Amino acid sequence: MDILTNLLTEHYNATIVFMATALLGLSAGLVGCFLVLRKQALISDAVTHATLPGIGIGFILSLQLGLNDGKFLPLLLLCSAATAYLGARSVQYITNNTRLSPDTAIASVMSFFYGLGLLLLSIIQNIDAGNKAGLNSFLLGQVSGLRIDNLILLGAVSLIVVCLVILNFKNLRLLCFDKNYASLLGLKIKATENLLLLLMILVICTGLKTVGLIMIIALLIIPAITARLWTDRSEIMAALAAFFGAISCIGGVYISSALYDLPTGSTIVLFAFSLFTVSLIIRIIRGTNV
Amino acid sequence: MSDQFFIIDFPALIIVSLASLLCALLGSFLVLTKQAVIIDAISHSVLPGIVVGVLLSGSFSILYVMAGALTSALIAVMLVYAFQHWGKIEQGAAIGAVFTAMFAFGVLLLETQVGSRIHLDTQHVLYGALELTYWANPFEWSSMPTQIKTLAVLLIITIIYLIAFFKELRLTTFDPTYAKILGYKTYLFQLALLILIALVAVGCFEATGSILVIALFICPAAAARMLCDRMISQLLLSALIAVLCAVGGYLCSALLPIWLGFDMTVNSASVIALFSGICLIASIIGSPKYGILAK
Repeated sequence: MDILTNLLTEHYNATIVFMATALLGLSAGLVGCFLVLRKQALISDAVTHATLPGIGIGFILSLQLGLNDGKFLPLLLLCSAATAYLGARSVQYITNNTRLSPDTAIASVMSFFYGLGLLLLSIIQNIDAGNKAGLNSFLLGQVSGLRIDNLILLGAVSLIVVCLVILNFKNLRLLCFDKNYASLLGLKIKATENLLLLLMILVICTGLKTVGLIMIIALLIIPAITARLWTDRSEIMAALAAFFGAISCIGGVYISSALYDLPTGSTIVLFAFSLFTVSLIIRIIRGTNV
Repeated sequence: MSDQFFIIDFPALIIVSLASLLCALLGSFLVLTKQAVIIDAISHSVLPGIVVGVLLSGSFSILYVMAGALTSALIAVMLVYAFQHWGKIEQGAAIGAVFTAMFAFGVLLLETQVGSRIHLDTQHVLYGALELTYWANPFEWSSMPTQIKTLAVLLIITIIYLIAFFKELRLTTFDPTYAKILGYKTYLFQLALLILIALVAVGCFEATGSILVIALFICPAAAARMLCDRMISQLLLSALIAVLCAVGGYLCSALLPIWLGFDMTVNSASVIALFSGICLIASIIGSPKYGILAK
Protein backbone atom coordinates (compact mmCIF):
# COMPACT_ATOMS: atom_id res chain seq x y z
CA MET A 1 0.00 0.00 0.00
CA ASP A 2 2.88 2.32 0.83
CA ILE A 3 4.38 1.78 -2.58
CA LEU A 4 1.08 2.54 -4.26
CA THR A 5 0.56 5.82 -2.43
CA ASN A 6 4.17 6.65 -3.08
CA LEU A 7 3.70 6.01 -6.78
CA LEU A 8 0.52 8.03 -6.99
CA THR A 9 1.82 11.07 -5.14
CA GLU A 10 5.53 11.44 -5.71
CA HIS A 11 5.87 9.77 -9.05
CA TYR A 12 2.49 10.78 -10.38
CA ASN A 13 3.84 11.71 -13.79
CA ALA A 14 5.99 8.61 -14.18
CA THR A 15 3.12 6.35 -13.14
CA ILE A 16 0.85 7.82 -15.78
CA VAL A 17 3.56 7.35 -18.41
CA PHE A 18 4.06 3.73 -17.47
CA MET A 19 0.34 2.99 -17.39
CA ALA A 20 -0.37 4.63 -20.74
CA THR A 21 2.52 2.94 -22.55
CA ALA A 22 1.77 -0.42 -20.94
CA LEU A 23 -1.81 -0.15 -22.20
CA LEU A 24 -0.49 0.74 -25.64
CA GLY A 25 1.82 -2.29 -25.67
CA LEU A 26 -1.01 -4.49 -24.46
CA SER A 27 -3.40 -3.41 -27.19
CA ALA A 28 -0.70 -3.52 -29.89
CA GLY A 29 0.14 -7.09 -28.90
CA LEU A 30 -3.52 -8.12 -29.00
CA VAL A 31 -4.26 -6.58 -32.38
CA GLY A 32 -0.93 -7.69 -33.84
CA CYS A 33 -1.83 -11.27 -32.98
CA PHE A 34 -4.69 -11.29 -35.47
CA LEU A 35 -2.65 -9.52 -38.14
CA VAL A 36 0.10 -12.12 -37.86
CA LEU A 37 -2.38 -15.00 -37.84
CA ARG A 38 -4.03 -13.62 -40.99
CA LYS A 39 -0.56 -13.28 -42.59
CA GLN A 40 -1.19 -9.59 -43.10
CA ALA A 41 1.48 -8.23 -40.81
CA LEU A 42 2.98 -5.96 -43.44
CA ILE A 43 -0.28 -4.11 -44.13
CA SER A 44 0.54 -2.29 -40.91
CA ASP A 45 3.62 -0.97 -42.70
CA ALA A 46 1.54 0.81 -45.34
CA VAL A 47 -1.10 1.98 -42.86
CA THR A 48 1.49 3.40 -40.49
CA HIS A 49 3.19 5.43 -43.17
CA ALA A 50 -0.21 6.64 -44.38
CA THR A 51 -0.76 8.47 -41.08
CA LEU A 52 1.87 11.08 -41.93
CA PRO A 53 -0.19 13.26 -44.31
CA GLY A 54 -2.95 13.19 -41.68
CA ILE A 55 -0.59 14.71 -39.14
CA GLY A 56 0.28 17.49 -41.56
CA ILE A 57 -3.40 18.15 -42.35
CA GLY A 58 -4.29 18.02 -38.65
CA PHE A 59 -1.58 20.55 -37.84
CA ILE A 60 -2.77 22.97 -40.51
CA LEU A 61 -6.41 22.51 -39.46
CA SER A 62 -5.81 23.09 -35.78
CA LEU A 63 -3.65 26.09 -36.64
CA GLN A 64 -6.56 27.52 -38.65
CA LEU A 65 -8.96 26.84 -35.78
CA GLY A 66 -6.54 28.46 -33.33
CA LEU A 67 -6.14 25.38 -31.18
CA ASN A 68 -3.06 24.90 -29.04
CA ASP A 69 -0.52 26.38 -31.51
CA GLY A 70 -1.37 23.73 -34.06
CA LYS A 71 -0.63 20.74 -31.90
CA PHE A 72 -4.09 19.82 -30.71
CA LEU A 73 -3.54 16.11 -30.23
CA PRO A 74 -7.14 14.82 -30.69
CA LEU A 75 -7.42 16.54 -34.07
CA LEU A 76 -3.98 15.33 -35.16
CA LEU A 77 -4.95 11.76 -34.24
CA LEU A 78 -8.32 12.03 -35.97
CA CYS A 79 -6.82 13.27 -39.24
CA SER A 80 -4.04 10.69 -39.17
CA ALA A 81 -6.65 7.96 -38.60
CA ALA A 82 -8.57 9.23 -41.64
CA THR A 83 -5.57 9.10 -44.00
CA ALA A 84 -4.52 5.75 -42.51
CA TYR A 85 -7.97 4.38 -43.38
CA LEU A 86 -7.62 5.74 -46.90
CA GLY A 87 -4.22 4.05 -47.19
CA ALA A 88 -5.54 0.68 -46.02
CA ARG A 89 -8.47 0.89 -48.43
CA SER A 90 -6.15 1.75 -51.33
CA VAL A 91 -4.01 -1.32 -50.61
CA GLN A 92 -7.14 -3.50 -50.62
CA TYR A 93 -8.44 -1.88 -53.80
CA ILE A 94 -5.20 -2.29 -55.73
CA THR A 95 -4.80 -5.89 -54.57
CA ASN A 96 -8.35 -6.87 -55.51
CA ASN A 97 -8.76 -4.96 -58.76
CA THR A 98 -5.44 -4.90 -60.58
CA ARG A 99 -2.81 -7.37 -61.67
CA LEU A 100 -0.37 -5.98 -59.09
CA SER A 101 0.54 -8.19 -56.14
CA PRO A 102 -0.26 -7.27 -52.50
CA ASP A 103 3.34 -6.42 -51.67
CA THR A 104 3.58 -4.02 -54.63
CA ALA A 105 0.33 -2.42 -53.45
CA ILE A 106 1.74 -2.05 -49.93
CA ALA A 107 5.04 -0.55 -51.04
CA SER A 108 3.53 1.88 -53.54
CA VAL A 109 0.73 3.10 -51.25
CA MET A 110 3.27 3.54 -48.48
CA SER A 111 5.68 5.62 -50.53
CA PHE A 112 2.90 7.74 -52.04
CA PHE A 113 1.30 8.64 -48.70
CA TYR A 114 4.62 9.10 -46.98
CA GLY A 115 5.82 11.38 -49.78
CA LEU A 116 2.63 13.41 -49.44
CA GLY A 117 3.17 13.64 -45.68
CA LEU A 118 6.76 14.79 -46.05
CA LEU A 119 5.69 17.39 -48.60
CA LEU A 120 3.07 18.76 -46.19
CA LEU A 121 5.58 18.81 -43.32
CA SER A 122 8.13 20.64 -45.45
CA ILE A 123 5.46 23.21 -46.36
CA ILE A 124 4.57 23.53 -42.68
CA GLN A 125 8.21 24.22 -41.86
CA ASN A 126 7.86 27.31 -44.04
CA ILE A 127 4.71 28.59 -42.33
CA ASP A 128 5.57 31.38 -40.00
CA ALA A 129 3.21 30.44 -37.18
CA GLY A 130 2.43 27.76 -34.69
CA ASN A 131 4.74 25.60 -32.68
CA LYS A 132 5.92 22.86 -34.99
CA ALA A 133 8.84 21.79 -32.82
CA GLY A 134 7.13 18.60 -31.71
CA LEU A 135 5.92 17.37 -35.09
CA ASN A 136 9.06 15.38 -35.75
CA SER A 137 8.52 13.40 -32.57
CA PHE A 138 5.88 11.51 -34.55
CA LEU A 139 8.64 9.92 -36.56
CA LEU A 140 10.70 8.60 -33.68
CA GLY A 141 8.40 8.94 -30.70
CA GLN A 142 8.98 10.79 -27.48
CA VAL A 143 7.32 10.06 -24.18
CA SER A 144 8.83 12.92 -22.23
CA GLY A 145 7.12 15.52 -24.39
CA LEU A 146 3.65 14.22 -23.55
CA ARG A 147 1.45 16.08 -21.10
CA ILE A 148 -0.85 14.37 -18.64
CA ASP A 149 -4.05 15.00 -20.58
CA ASN A 150 -2.44 13.56 -23.74
CA LEU A 151 -1.36 10.48 -21.87
CA ILE A 152 -4.84 9.98 -20.48
CA LEU A 153 -6.26 10.21 -24.00
CA LEU A 154 -3.77 7.64 -25.27
CA GLY A 155 -4.50 5.35 -22.31
CA ALA A 156 -8.25 5.65 -22.85
CA VAL A 157 -8.01 4.75 -26.55
CA SER A 158 -5.86 1.74 -25.73
CA LEU A 159 -8.40 0.65 -23.14
CA ILE A 160 -11.17 0.84 -25.75
CA VAL A 161 -9.08 -1.32 -28.10
CA VAL A 162 -8.54 -3.96 -25.42
CA CYS A 163 -12.27 -4.07 -24.59
CA LEU A 164 -13.26 -4.34 -28.27
CA VAL A 165 -10.84 -7.22 -28.83
CA ILE A 166 -12.09 -9.13 -25.79
CA LEU A 167 -15.74 -8.62 -26.76
CA ASN A 168 -15.18 -9.76 -30.36
CA PHE A 169 -12.54 -12.37 -29.71
CA LYS A 170 -14.47 -15.31 -31.15
CA ASN A 171 -15.31 -13.54 -34.41
CA LEU A 172 -11.76 -12.31 -34.90
CA ARG A 173 -10.40 -15.78 -34.33
CA LEU A 174 -12.78 -17.31 -36.85
CA LEU A 175 -11.74 -14.69 -39.39
CA CYS A 176 -8.09 -15.71 -38.98
CA PHE A 177 -8.48 -19.44 -39.19
CA ASP A 178 -11.33 -20.36 -41.43
CA LYS A 179 -13.00 -17.67 -43.45
CA ASN A 180 -15.33 -20.06 -45.29
CA TYR A 181 -16.49 -21.80 -42.15
CA ALA A 182 -17.01 -18.40 -40.56
CA SER A 183 -19.27 -17.26 -43.37
CA LEU A 184 -21.20 -20.54 -43.15
CA LEU A 185 -21.77 -19.82 -39.47
CA GLY A 186 -23.28 -16.50 -40.47
CA LEU A 187 -20.41 -14.33 -39.35
CA LYS A 188 -20.38 -10.96 -41.05
CA ILE A 189 -16.94 -11.25 -42.62
CA LYS A 190 -16.87 -7.71 -43.98
CA ALA A 191 -17.86 -6.22 -40.63
CA THR A 192 -15.25 -8.22 -38.76
CA GLU A 193 -12.57 -7.31 -41.28
CA ASN A 194 -13.48 -3.66 -40.85
CA LEU A 195 -13.35 -4.04 -37.08
CA LEU A 196 -9.80 -5.42 -37.31
CA LEU A 197 -8.83 -2.55 -39.59
CA LEU A 198 -10.31 -0.04 -37.15
CA LEU A 199 -8.48 -1.64 -34.22
CA MET A 200 -5.19 -1.53 -36.12
CA ILE A 201 -5.66 2.14 -36.99
CA LEU A 202 -6.52 3.00 -33.37
CA VAL A 203 -3.36 1.29 -32.11
CA ILE A 204 -1.17 2.89 -34.77
CA CYS A 205 -2.47 6.40 -34.20
CA THR A 206 -2.11 6.23 -30.44
CA GLY A 207 1.31 4.65 -30.76
CA LEU A 208 2.66 7.27 -33.16
CA LYS A 209 3.31 9.89 -30.52
CA THR A 210 4.79 7.46 -28.01
CA VAL A 211 7.03 5.11 -29.94
CA GLY A 212 7.09 6.71 -33.38
CA LEU A 213 6.14 5.76 -36.88
CA ILE A 214 8.45 2.85 -37.69
CA MET A 215 8.47 1.48 -34.17
CA ILE A 216 4.72 0.99 -33.93
CA ILE A 217 4.98 -1.58 -36.75
CA ALA A 218 7.44 -3.48 -34.58
CA LEU A 219 5.11 -3.30 -31.60
CA LEU A 220 2.31 -4.84 -33.66
CA ILE A 221 4.43 -7.65 -35.10
CA ILE A 222 7.18 -8.64 -32.64
CA PRO A 223 5.13 -9.45 -29.48
CA ALA A 224 2.69 -11.46 -31.60
CA ILE A 225 5.37 -13.64 -33.21
CA THR A 226 7.08 -14.01 -29.83
CA ALA A 227 3.84 -15.38 -28.42
CA ARG A 228 3.49 -17.65 -31.46
CA LEU A 229 6.78 -19.32 -30.48
CA TRP A 230 5.33 -20.40 -27.14
CA THR A 231 1.91 -21.69 -28.00
CA ASP A 232 -0.46 -23.01 -30.64
CA ARG A 233 -3.68 -21.95 -28.99
CA SER A 234 -5.04 -18.62 -30.08
CA GLU A 235 -6.38 -17.39 -26.74
CA ILE A 236 -3.09 -18.14 -24.99
CA MET A 237 -1.23 -16.54 -27.88
CA ALA A 238 -3.33 -13.38 -27.56
CA ALA A 239 -2.80 -13.18 -23.83
CA LEU A 240 0.94 -13.78 -24.17
CA ALA A 241 1.26 -11.23 -26.98
CA ALA A 242 -0.51 -8.62 -24.86
CA PHE A 243 1.81 -9.49 -21.97
CA PHE A 244 4.98 -9.26 -24.08
CA GLY A 245 3.79 -5.98 -25.59
CA ALA A 246 3.12 -4.42 -22.20
CA ILE A 247 6.42 -5.68 -20.74
CA SER A 248 8.37 -4.33 -23.73
CA CYS A 249 6.81 -0.89 -23.33
CA ILE A 250 7.38 -0.73 -19.58
CA GLY A 251 10.92 -2.04 -19.89
CA GLY A 252 11.77 0.21 -22.80
CA VAL A 253 10.38 3.35 -21.19
CA TYR A 254 12.14 2.52 -17.94
CA ILE A 255 15.54 1.91 -19.53
CA SER A 256 15.34 4.89 -21.84
CA SER A 257 14.26 7.42 -19.23
CA ALA A 258 15.62 6.21 -15.93
CA LEU A 259 18.89 4.55 -16.78
CA TYR A 260 20.17 6.31 -19.87
CA ASP A 261 18.93 9.07 -22.05
CA LEU A 262 18.00 6.92 -25.03
CA PRO A 263 15.31 7.43 -27.69
CA THR A 264 12.18 5.81 -26.25
CA GLY A 265 10.77 4.17 -29.35
CA SER A 266 13.99 2.44 -30.33
CA THR A 267 14.55 1.16 -26.81
CA ILE A 268 11.06 -0.31 -26.66
CA VAL A 269 11.52 -2.06 -30.01
CA LEU A 270 14.92 -3.46 -29.08
CA PHE A 271 13.51 -4.68 -25.76
CA ALA A 272 10.71 -6.48 -27.60
CA PHE A 273 13.20 -7.88 -30.11
CA SER A 274 15.43 -9.27 -27.38
CA LEU A 275 12.40 -10.97 -25.79
CA PHE A 276 11.74 -12.54 -29.18
CA THR A 277 15.35 -13.64 -29.65
CA VAL A 278 15.45 -15.23 -26.20
CA SER A 279 12.18 -17.06 -26.90
CA LEU A 280 13.53 -18.30 -30.23
CA ILE A 281 16.75 -19.57 -28.63
CA ILE A 282 14.78 -21.34 -25.89
CA ARG A 283 12.60 -22.92 -28.54
CA ILE A 284 15.60 -24.12 -30.54
CA ILE A 285 17.27 -25.55 -27.42
CA ARG A 286 14.12 -27.33 -26.29
CA GLY A 287 13.78 -28.61 -29.83
CA THR A 288 10.03 -28.94 -29.54
CA ASN A 289 7.77 -28.39 -32.44
CA VAL A 290 5.14 -26.24 -30.86
CA MET B 1 20.18 32.82 -62.46
CA SER B 2 21.95 30.60 -64.98
CA ASP B 3 24.98 30.33 -62.70
CA GLN B 4 22.77 29.19 -59.87
CA PHE B 5 21.16 26.64 -62.16
CA PHE B 6 24.50 25.12 -63.11
CA ILE B 7 25.82 25.02 -59.57
CA ILE B 8 22.77 23.76 -57.69
CA ASP B 9 20.00 22.49 -59.96
CA PHE B 10 22.12 20.85 -62.66
CA PRO B 11 23.97 18.40 -60.36
CA ALA B 12 20.73 17.68 -58.48
CA LEU B 13 18.99 16.86 -61.77
CA ILE B 14 21.82 14.50 -62.76
CA ILE B 15 21.64 12.81 -59.37
CA VAL B 16 17.88 12.24 -59.46
CA SER B 17 18.01 11.01 -63.05
CA LEU B 18 20.77 8.50 -62.30
CA ALA B 19 19.05 7.39 -59.09
CA SER B 20 15.68 6.98 -60.78
CA LEU B 21 17.18 4.93 -63.65
CA LEU B 22 18.92 2.60 -61.22
CA CYS B 23 15.90 2.18 -58.96
CA ALA B 24 13.45 1.53 -61.79
CA LEU B 25 15.65 -1.06 -63.51
CA LEU B 26 16.12 -3.10 -60.34
CA GLY B 27 12.62 -2.37 -59.07
CA SER B 28 11.09 -4.14 -62.07
CA PHE B 29 12.52 -7.43 -60.80
CA LEU B 30 11.06 -6.86 -57.35
CA VAL B 31 7.62 -6.07 -58.75
CA LEU B 32 7.68 -9.04 -61.15
CA THR B 33 8.78 -11.52 -58.49
CA LYS B 34 6.29 -10.11 -55.96
CA GLN B 35 8.99 -9.05 -53.53
CA ALA B 36 8.35 -5.32 -53.44
CA VAL B 37 8.43 -5.19 -49.66
CA ILE B 38 12.10 -6.17 -49.72
CA ILE B 39 13.17 -2.69 -50.77
CA ASP B 40 11.31 -1.26 -47.78
CA ALA B 41 13.03 -3.76 -45.51
CA ILE B 42 16.50 -3.20 -46.99
CA SER B 43 16.28 0.56 -47.01
CA HIS B 44 15.50 0.52 -43.28
CA SER B 45 17.89 -2.29 -42.32
CA VAL B 46 20.97 -0.61 -43.77
CA LEU B 47 20.78 2.22 -41.23
CA PRO B 48 22.93 0.60 -38.49
CA GLY B 49 25.52 -0.38 -41.11
CA ILE B 50 25.67 3.19 -42.40
CA VAL B 51 26.12 4.54 -38.89
CA VAL B 52 28.84 2.01 -38.04
CA GLY B 53 30.56 2.81 -41.35
CA VAL B 54 30.53 6.50 -40.52
CA LEU B 55 31.80 5.83 -37.00
CA LEU B 56 34.66 3.63 -38.21
CA SER B 57 35.82 5.90 -41.00
CA GLY B 58 35.33 9.11 -39.05
CA SER B 59 33.68 10.76 -42.02
CA PHE B 60 31.07 10.03 -44.64
CA SER B 61 33.48 7.92 -46.68
CA ILE B 62 31.46 6.13 -49.30
CA LEU B 63 33.43 2.88 -49.25
CA TYR B 64 33.07 2.38 -45.49
CA VAL B 65 29.41 3.31 -45.63
CA MET B 66 28.76 0.91 -48.52
CA ALA B 67 30.58 -1.91 -46.76
CA GLY B 68 28.65 -1.29 -43.56
CA ALA B 69 25.32 -1.11 -45.34
CA LEU B 70 25.99 -4.26 -47.32
CA THR B 71 26.91 -6.11 -44.14
CA SER B 72 23.74 -5.09 -42.36
CA ALA B 73 21.58 -5.88 -45.39
CA LEU B 74 23.05 -9.39 -45.51
CA ILE B 75 22.60 -9.79 -41.74
CA ALA B 76 18.95 -8.76 -42.18
CA VAL B 77 18.42 -11.32 -44.94
CA MET B 78 20.01 -14.05 -42.83
CA LEU B 79 17.88 -13.12 -39.82
CA VAL B 80 14.70 -13.25 -41.89
CA TYR B 81 15.71 -16.65 -43.20
CA ALA B 82 16.60 -17.90 -39.70
CA PHE B 83 13.27 -16.75 -38.26
CA GLN B 84 11.35 -18.43 -41.06
CA HIS B 85 13.35 -21.62 -40.75
CA TRP B 86 13.63 -22.07 -36.97
CA GLY B 87 10.68 -20.07 -35.74
CA LYS B 88 8.24 -21.20 -38.46
CA ILE B 89 7.25 -17.57 -38.83
CA GLU B 90 5.56 -16.36 -41.98
CA GLN B 91 7.78 -14.30 -44.30
CA GLY B 92 5.94 -11.00 -43.98
CA ALA B 93 6.02 -11.03 -40.20
CA ALA B 94 9.68 -12.05 -40.17
CA ILE B 95 10.58 -9.19 -42.52
CA GLY B 96 8.57 -6.74 -40.41
CA ALA B 97 10.25 -7.83 -37.19
CA VAL B 98 13.78 -7.72 -38.60
CA PHE B 99 13.68 -4.40 -40.40
CA THR B 100 12.02 -2.50 -37.57
CA ALA B 101 14.46 -3.89 -35.01
CA MET B 102 17.46 -3.05 -37.18
CA PHE B 103 16.12 0.42 -37.85
CA ALA B 104 15.58 0.91 -34.11
CA PHE B 105 19.17 -0.18 -33.49
CA GLY B 106 20.38 2.28 -36.14
CA VAL B 107 18.42 5.13 -34.57
CA LEU B 108 19.82 4.24 -31.17
CA LEU B 109 23.39 4.32 -32.51
CA LEU B 110 22.68 7.53 -34.38
CA GLU B 111 21.26 9.38 -31.40
CA THR B 112 23.86 8.22 -28.90
CA GLN B 113 27.06 8.05 -30.92
CA VAL B 114 27.18 10.06 -34.06
CA GLY B 115 25.07 13.06 -33.31
CA SER B 116 27.70 14.67 -31.17
CA ARG B 117 30.71 14.31 -33.42
CA ILE B 118 29.68 13.99 -37.03
CA HIS B 119 26.86 15.62 -38.85
CA LEU B 120 24.52 12.79 -39.76
CA ASP B 121 21.06 13.14 -38.36
CA THR B 122 18.02 10.96 -38.75
CA GLN B 123 16.18 13.50 -40.84
CA HIS B 124 19.04 13.60 -43.30
CA VAL B 125 18.73 9.85 -43.80
CA LEU B 126 14.94 9.89 -44.03
CA TYR B 127 14.40 12.89 -46.26
CA GLY B 128 17.69 13.08 -48.09
CA ALA B 129 19.57 16.25 -48.74
CA LEU B 130 19.21 16.81 -52.45
CA GLU B 131 19.11 20.55 -51.86
CA LEU B 132 22.51 20.51 -50.22
CA THR B 133 24.50 19.13 -53.14
CA TYR B 134 26.32 21.55 -55.34
CA TRP B 135 28.87 21.44 -58.12
CA ALA B 136 31.18 24.40 -57.82
CA ASN B 137 32.13 24.34 -61.50
CA PRO B 138 30.25 21.92 -63.78
CA PHE B 139 32.94 22.20 -66.45
CA GLU B 140 35.55 20.78 -64.11
CA TRP B 141 35.60 17.05 -63.41
CA SER B 142 37.51 17.33 -60.15
CA SER B 143 34.78 19.26 -58.40
CA MET B 144 32.07 16.77 -59.36
CA PRO B 145 29.96 15.76 -56.34
CA THR B 146 30.83 12.26 -55.08
CA GLN B 147 27.17 11.18 -55.27
CA ILE B 148 27.22 11.53 -59.05
CA LYS B 149 30.37 9.42 -59.32
CA THR B 150 28.94 6.73 -57.03
CA LEU B 151 25.63 6.56 -58.87
CA ALA B 152 27.31 6.51 -62.30
CA VAL B 153 29.53 3.59 -61.31
CA LEU B 154 26.52 1.72 -59.90
CA LEU B 155 24.53 2.38 -63.06
CA ILE B 156 27.31 1.00 -65.27
CA ILE B 157 27.60 -2.14 -63.11
CA THR B 158 23.82 -2.66 -63.15
CA ILE B 159 23.47 -2.22 -66.90
CA ILE B 160 26.38 -4.59 -67.63
CA TYR B 161 24.82 -7.14 -65.27
CA LEU B 162 21.40 -6.81 -66.90
CA ILE B 163 22.73 -7.12 -70.46
CA ALA B 164 25.09 -9.98 -69.66
CA PHE B 165 22.48 -12.10 -67.90
CA PHE B 166 19.31 -10.88 -69.61
CA LYS B 167 18.11 -14.32 -70.72
CA GLU B 168 18.81 -15.95 -67.37
CA LEU B 169 17.21 -13.10 -65.47
CA ARG B 170 14.09 -13.23 -67.61
CA LEU B 171 13.72 -16.95 -67.08
CA THR B 172 14.38 -16.93 -63.32
CA THR B 173 11.98 -14.02 -62.91
CA PHE B 174 9.03 -15.26 -64.92
CA ASP B 175 9.35 -19.00 -64.39
CA PRO B 176 11.61 -19.90 -61.48
CA THR B 177 10.48 -23.55 -61.38
CA TYR B 178 11.28 -24.13 -65.05
CA ALA B 179 14.60 -22.31 -64.59
CA LYS B 180 15.43 -24.67 -61.73
CA ILE B 181 14.63 -27.70 -63.86
CA LEU B 182 16.90 -26.36 -66.59
CA GLY B 183 19.68 -26.21 -64.01
CA TYR B 184 19.94 -22.48 -63.42
CA LYS B 185 21.07 -21.47 -59.96
CA THR B 186 18.12 -19.22 -59.14
CA TYR B 187 19.40 -18.35 -55.68
CA LEU B 188 22.60 -16.91 -57.15
CA PHE B 189 20.62 -14.43 -59.22
CA GLN B 190 18.49 -13.68 -56.20
CA LEU B 191 21.59 -12.99 -54.10
CA ALA B 192 23.21 -10.82 -56.80
CA LEU B 193 20.00 -8.84 -57.11
CA LEU B 194 19.87 -8.39 -53.33
CA ILE B 195 23.46 -7.13 -53.20
CA LEU B 196 22.85 -4.72 -56.08
CA ILE B 197 19.68 -3.43 -54.41
CA ALA B 198 21.47 -2.86 -51.12
CA LEU B 199 24.29 -0.97 -52.85
CA VAL B 200 21.87 1.14 -54.89
CA ALA B 201 19.72 1.87 -51.86
CA VAL B 202 22.77 3.22 -50.03
CA GLY B 203 24.10 5.05 -53.07
CA CYS B 204 20.78 6.84 -53.45
CA PHE B 205 20.33 7.32 -49.72
CA GLU B 206 22.79 10.10 -49.22
CA ALA B 207 21.43 12.01 -52.14
CA THR B 208 17.72 11.38 -51.95
CA GLY B 209 16.67 9.81 -48.65
CA SER B 210 15.03 6.49 -47.96
CA ILE B 211 11.46 7.35 -48.92
CA LEU B 212 12.32 8.41 -52.45
CA VAL B 213 14.30 5.20 -52.92
CA ILE B 214 11.22 3.14 -52.10
CA ALA B 215 8.96 5.22 -54.33
CA LEU B 216 11.34 5.05 -57.29
CA PHE B 217 11.92 1.33 -56.88
CA ILE B 218 8.26 0.39 -56.85
CA CYS B 219 5.98 3.00 -58.45
CA PRO B 220 7.50 3.29 -61.96
CA ALA B 221 7.99 -0.47 -62.16
CA ALA B 222 4.42 -1.09 -61.04
CA ALA B 223 3.12 1.47 -63.54
CA ALA B 224 5.06 -0.28 -66.32
CA ARG B 225 3.67 -3.60 -65.11
CA MET B 226 0.16 -2.25 -65.66
CA LEU B 227 1.03 -1.21 -69.20
CA CYS B 228 3.05 -4.01 -70.76
CA ASP B 229 3.84 -7.71 -70.68
CA ARG B 230 7.31 -8.24 -72.13
CA MET B 231 10.45 -8.07 -70.04
CA ILE B 232 12.33 -5.70 -72.31
CA SER B 233 9.45 -3.24 -72.57
CA GLN B 234 8.90 -3.50 -68.81
CA LEU B 235 12.49 -2.44 -68.15
CA LEU B 236 12.58 0.36 -70.72
CA LEU B 237 9.17 1.75 -69.83
CA SER B 238 9.81 1.77 -66.08
CA ALA B 239 13.14 3.54 -66.65
CA LEU B 240 11.46 6.13 -68.85
CA ILE B 241 8.66 6.76 -66.36
CA ALA B 242 11.13 7.03 -63.50
CA VAL B 243 13.36 9.57 -65.23
CA LEU B 244 10.37 11.67 -66.32
CA CYS B 245 9.02 11.66 -62.75
CA ALA B 246 12.41 12.54 -61.30
CA VAL B 247 13.12 15.43 -63.64
CA GLY B 248 9.54 16.70 -63.61
CA GLY B 249 9.21 16.39 -59.85
CA TYR B 250 12.49 18.12 -59.18
CA LEU B 251 11.76 21.02 -61.52
CA CYS B 252 8.29 21.41 -60.02
CA SER B 253 9.60 21.51 -56.47
CA ALA B 254 12.29 24.02 -57.42
CA LEU B 255 10.26 26.32 -59.64
CA LEU B 256 6.59 26.03 -58.80
CA PRO B 257 6.61 27.77 -55.39
CA ILE B 258 8.46 30.73 -56.89
CA TRP B 259 6.10 30.97 -59.88
CA LEU B 260 3.13 30.84 -57.53
CA GLY B 261 4.64 33.65 -55.53
CA PHE B 262 5.47 31.79 -52.33
CA ASP B 263 8.81 32.34 -50.75
CA MET B 264 9.43 28.80 -49.63
CA THR B 265 11.38 25.66 -50.40
CA VAL B 266 9.64 22.31 -50.52
CA ASN B 267 11.31 18.95 -50.12
CA SER B 268 12.03 17.81 -53.69
CA ALA B 269 12.40 14.12 -52.79
CA SER B 270 8.79 14.03 -51.60
CA VAL B 271 7.52 15.78 -54.74
CA ILE B 272 9.31 13.21 -56.92
CA ALA B 273 7.80 10.40 -54.82
CA LEU B 274 4.36 11.97 -55.33
CA PHE B 275 4.89 12.26 -59.09
CA SER B 276 5.79 8.59 -59.39
CA GLY B 277 2.74 7.70 -57.30
CA ILE B 278 0.52 9.77 -59.57
CA CYS B 279 1.98 7.98 -62.62
CA LEU B 280 1.04 4.66 -61.03
CA ILE B 281 -2.50 5.85 -60.27
CA ALA B 282 -2.86 7.08 -63.87
CA SER B 283 -1.71 3.75 -65.28
CA ILE B 284 -3.94 1.77 -62.91
CA ILE B 285 -6.95 3.77 -64.09
CA GLY B 286 -6.13 4.29 -67.74
CA SER B 287 -4.05 1.36 -68.90
CA PRO B 288 -5.55 0.30 -72.26
CA LYS B 289 -5.25 -3.41 -71.52
CA TYR B 290 -5.34 -3.91 -67.74
CA GLY B 291 -6.70 -0.60 -66.47
CA ILE B 292 -9.87 -0.14 -64.46
CA LEU B 293 -11.55 1.77 -67.24
CA ALA B 294 -10.69 -0.93 -69.77
CA LYS B 295 -12.44 -3.63 -67.74
